[in-house]
Amino acid sequence: MTASADRPFPPGEYPLVLIGSGPGALQLSYALGRLQIPHAVVSADPAPGGMFRRWPFFQRLLSWTKPYAPAPSGSRLYERYDWNSLLAEEPEHAALMPRFMDGSSYFPSRPEMERNLAAFAAGAGIAVRYDCRWTGTRLEEDGDGRRFVLETTDGEYRCGTAVFAVGVAEPFVPPSPGLDLGAHYADTRAAETYAGRRVFIAGKQNSGFELATGLLPWARQITLASPSPARLSVNTRSLVGVRARYVQPFEDHALGGGVSVLDAAIERVERAADGTFRVSLRRTDGGPDVALEADDVIAATGFTAPLLDLPALGVATVGSSRIPAQTPWWESASLPGVFFAGTLTQGAPGLKKHGMPSNSGAVHGARYNARVLAGHLARTRFGRPAGAATIAGRELGDRLVHEASTSPELWHQKAYLAWVATKEPDGGFADRGLAPLADALDADGPDAVILTLEADGSGAIYPVVYLRRAAGVEERVLDPDSFLAFTGPGHRAAFEAVARSVARPRASRSANRVDGIGYSAEP
Amino acid sequence: MADSNEIVDAIARMTLFADLANPQLEAVAHRFEERFFPAGERILRQGLRGSGFFVILEGRASVVVDGDQRAELGRGDFFGEVSILLGETPVADVIAIEPLRCLVLGAPDVEAFLLGHPPVMYRMLQAQARRLRNANRWRS
Repeated sequence: MTASADRPFPPGEYPLVLIGSGPGALQLSYALGRLQIPHAVVSADPAPGGMFRRWPFFQRLLSWTKPYAPAPSGSRLYERYDWNSLLAEEPEHAALMPRFMDGSSYFPSRPEMERNLAAFAAGAGIAVRYDCRWTGTRLEEDGDGRRFVLETTDGEYRCGTAVFAVGVAEPFVPPSPGLDLGAHYADTRAAETYAGRRVFIAGKQNSGFELATGLLPWARQITLASPSPARLSVNTRSLVGVRARYVQPFEDHALGGGVSVLDAAIERVERAADGTFRVSLRRTDGGPDVALEADDVIAATGFTAPLLDLPALGVATVGSSRIPAQTPWWESASLPGVFFAGTLTQGAPGLKKHGMPSNSGAVHGARYNARVLAGHLARTRFGRPAGAATIAGRELGDRLVHEASTSPELWHQKAYLAWVATKEPDGGFADRGLAPLADALDADGPDAVILTLEADGSGAIYPVVYLRRAAGVEERVLDPDSFLAFTGPGHRAAFEAVARSVARPRASRSANRVDGIGYSAEP
Repeated sequence: MADSNEIVDAIARMTLFADLANPQLEAVAHRFEERFFPAGERILRQGLRGSGFFVILEGRASVVVDGDQRAELGRGDFFGEVSILLGETPVADVIAIEPLRCLVLGAPDVEAFLLGHPPVMYRMLQAQARRLRNANRWRS
């Protein structure tokens, strides 16, 4: 089989094979290309876009892009306000999302997002072999070492490094008796077909509330249930919980409009001869058990990662979504050489300080993971040493101010991605760029200054500097700022103090403490 | 491990959750997050804020203070609660000795969870009492 412009990457041997053509795969392929890492990209889909070629069901994203923002379009700072564009160094390929938005909402529609991704792929020249479905995986050992054999509908691909950006797109229905008699979120019908009907929705996360919101004008009665209480993002002050756009069913529930939101486990779902359902629920909040009639049952119970035979090959997974467990660098925690990109990178959860997750499950987190992963692969799998610019000791404070104030990576991946500078023998510092915080804290090597932005659920966003020394890691928490700028005299002084203290030796790890120069949420 | 039924089966056998009825166990399985740590990975970090409450589903971990291993934890053991209850940073590292599966609850959710599940709080108190008794025996 030979390559052609529309059918690149025929089966064969490649140093790296990337599976997928959603935003995660497109971003990683772009970043690998910038580093001149040879790779093949194959995808079962006929065109770029991944899950955005079909979902969300009601055709409106949860992630915003502000066409008019406090920062110039295309600047690094603008990325804070644009959660949906992929990253490009060429201005003509960067910040594409607003170009496709019609102004009716700052949440792009699904078709707008799909066009954004297609334009990126075309403009940035991301080559993908479409309509080529990965069907299985083997491991081969030979004199040259271990290779993965990726079986596809077009033939076999052999590679030393395999990256899977296959999303979390396989409908999942938990094993509650009879729940599979209903439909899954993925099979929800057009909203108007629920007119006048009683709808039971299993699941109280965003997908459940998205359906409930969309069915409010149509359904006669809506009941949502899951074992644990629903949380709202406006309460958790994070992306944990149901997003503000979907809280209307809560208000309806509170005001008695016909929506019921229950904390209950599903005992069983039965279907009567007339096609209606009887749903038996066991309350988990101490209330009496419930049995209710419904015309429709929908399992908004999420999706699993379509990993095919990777678990049998040794890839450990976690949770009902069967997300692959990963190292901080997005490599399988149990099968070296297998990496993940896109939304699957949420399988490397990082520290989750204060319970706050990263944004790796969304485009505005995964796009940075992809860029950092590309650099990691270049260094560790392709022997490309990373260059490191030098920072004079007296300039470190200014650099910390700059990174804390402008870095979109630190902004979107709070307490997850970190900017790292290592101390050099001459008193200066080497700019090591971005790395997963979990790795930066635990890595061996010279003393290092590690910068993150963090949030603790109180609503505050603040810089944190970790000083890594042989004796341990010291954490310094700076003040938040009401306008999210860390350039004022107080912050400058605090960063300068951190920079000056880097040279000071510390006695032992037990001396670690919050320094007291700034904000601490804990007593 | 993966689906909630498997997690419910696993925690139903643990002393910490022994007094919960099945619907409450399902709520726990639903509310906690499953995490996997390869051998050698640091789970809890001494001196750093904002960690969580961990319950070991399978595997072993070591408790390390200032570089010295002080204890070993296994299935059914839990850690991280002391720093959360006291609002202080952890006084030890916890490091996976072998591949480790845990259930995790973020620090901000622990108080509400314990207040909502008094039998779990009581079992936790018993475990802490045993640790205190053993520490006192060791000192005397």
